Amino acid sequence: MSDTPNNTEGDAQAPTLEPPTGSADGSLDAAERRRVHDIWVAGTEEPDWIANATDEGAQELLPRDMDPALQIQRGIAVDDDFVDEPIVVEDERQILNMGPQHPATHGVLRLHLELDGETIRRVKPIIGYLHTGMEKTAENLTYMQGGTNVTRMDYLSPLNNELCYALAVEQLLGVEIPPRAQAIRILMTELNRIASHLIWVATFGMDIGALSMMIYGFRDREAILAFFEKVTGLRMNHNYIRPGGVAADLPEGWEEDIDGIFDIVGSGLDDYVDLLNRNPIFLDRTRGVGVLTPEEAQAYGVTGPAARASGVNFDLRKAFPYSGIEQYEFDVPLGKHGDTLDRYLVRMEEMRQSLRIVQQVLETMPPGDYRTDDRKVTPPPRKRIDESMEALIHHFKLFTEGFKAPAGEVYQAVESPRGELGMHLVSKGGSKPWRLHARTPSFAIVQALPVMLTDQIVPDVIATLASLDPVLGDVDR
Amino acid sequence: MTEETTAQEEPQETDEAAEETIPRVLPDDPILARLAEPFPNVVFTSFEPLAGARQDTAIVSRGELIAFVEAVKDAGFETFIDVCSVDHLNRKPRYDVVINLLSMQHTKRLIVKVGVPGDDPTVQSISPIYAGANFYEREVWDLMGIVFEGHPDLTRIVLPDEWEGHPLRKDYSVGSVPVQFKGSHKSS
Repeated sequence: MSDTPNNTEGDAQAPTLEPPTGSADGSLDAAERRRVHDIWVAGTEEPDWIANATDEGAQELLPRDMDPALQIQRGIAVDDDFVDEPIVVEDERQILNMGPQHPATHGVLRLHLELDGETIRRVKPIIGYLHTGMEKTAENLTYMQGGTNVTRMDYLSPLNNELCYALAVEQLLGVEIPPRAQAIRILMTELNRIASHLIWVATFGMDIGALSMMIYGFRDREAILAFFEKVTGLRMNHNYIRPGGVAADLPEGWEEDIDGIFDIVGSGLDDYVDLLNRNPIFLDRTRGVGVLTPEEAQAYGVTGPAARASGVNFDLRKAFPYSGIEQYEFDVPLGKHGDTLDRYLVRMEEMRQSLRIVQQVLETMPPGDYRTDDRKVTPPPRKRIDESMEALIHHFKLFTEGFKAPAGEVYQAVESPRGELGMHLVSKGGSKPWRLHARTPSFAIVQALPVMLTDQIVPDVIATLASLDPVLGDVDR
Repeated sequence: MTEETTAQEEPQETDEAAEETIPRVLPDDPILARLAEPFPNVVFTSFEPLAGARQDTAIVSRGELIAFVEAVKDAGFETFIDVCSVDHLNRKPRYDVVINLLSMQHTKRLIVKVGVPGDDPTVQSISPIYAGANFYEREVWDLMGIVFEGHPDLTRIVLPDEWEGHPLRKDYSVGSVPVQFKGSHKSS
């Protein structure tokens, strides 16, 4: 096929495709695999070392004698509970590719599973199918615009992302937020937590065969999304929590809306408990499945409900309180076994605790301003723009150039529904961040998947993955 | 905070000056003070822009990184949180690798920063100490091009294998869509 110039160029490179230096059996070490890809130019002779390889490039499942690269895939880097398999003939192991278009992967997660019969021996998670370079994008958006970017990372809990970003920017600026804005932020993020967990219980139920849960979860979440739409104008990706406060005050009659949410979600939670908690099929599918020990959770950076189900008593809302959440009473539910059932129970209880917080916010909502009166970050009120040229210019400058943040480097973390969501923000004094790194909880969860999945059977992959609730937009960013 | 930290990235040059001017101040936190004692070259800074949001940072040289991170783990920082990188472009050293560790038992966070020069972007991997650093270091390699020595499987993670360059570097062009008439006033 060397009839076009491009291909002859390829032909010239083709002879260099010889077995790369590595271990004796032709496996490559990591540095080598960064450069060499298992492709060759069409029309040339297929190099013989390629015959047994897959075309996965760097993502291939490595030969099994390549320790310690395999430790993560076997999940033995921290706790060696790996069942040493009896000698199996190579032919009897098979590699199963799951995803990225598998509905039970909740997005575009891809898993290489090495199977021995029905038992999973090794797992390799492959991510990146949803990578859109949001960290790079953030460097080209002003602090004012950044909220629209971060809100799209974890699309099931956009308000938590906005809150984290806003808090990080406010740390750089040193701006104090009025109590009403803080209370609104807590109200919205806790409602968002409930909405996110409702989606989770819907998909979790569906993945393990309780199909009605799908309908119920989405039905109840709709009440919260309707409230979000009333407050922010959008059902998702709100850009409502902004540096300096929130975008708008709560609308008239918001208390009645919250009461309505209490009725719907509160009674819904009771129904789910009746449906699931003593259901023998549900218990069989979840009990003892996908166990994560506390040591493993800490070593792999798994936080949030997944870690608390393993008994790790850590909640950022208690440990490093933000936005005035320390004034509300709530409990942190903990699990004992770290299995799928515990993760279910912890999340169900978290929803009740979030409702408790929302109830307290409802009772104690302070009066006052919904954003800071620091004119450096807050645009002038709409009325002033009609009266004063300076206010108009100020408004214009704020939304075109944005405000400048003093040089510095901050790390701010909030408890998102999936765990610790952190933003590492570096400023060099300009109106755009020099660097924004998002430490997302789902990334750590995907990394810890091999720990939970090895020595399980294939159906348990679905149950475990669903109980962990990774959001792939959050993983890849 | 940043002036102090940037000044001390090259220990062989700045050490004498630093010793002459300011005597070494141990961090006021007891855990960090104990941690700081055996490492005279590690600089601790504390930054508290708002009440209750204190942030402790330790700036380590590349040679001391592994020993220091091991000491940090022994001091009770059992939870791995994050590894990320910052490209400062015109600073020397050019990159920072930022390791974020958490102690749940002491409710304390510590950020460990390592300066990495632009002409030799390598640093020791901490994944043998914290297993969770594995994917994070792969991400840093992928997007910033910093090589972690001793990493078991340092391959691209979010970008395709065939990708050229490391997009989060500041000298990596973001690309643009050609716009009509943009240079017309010059060409005419």
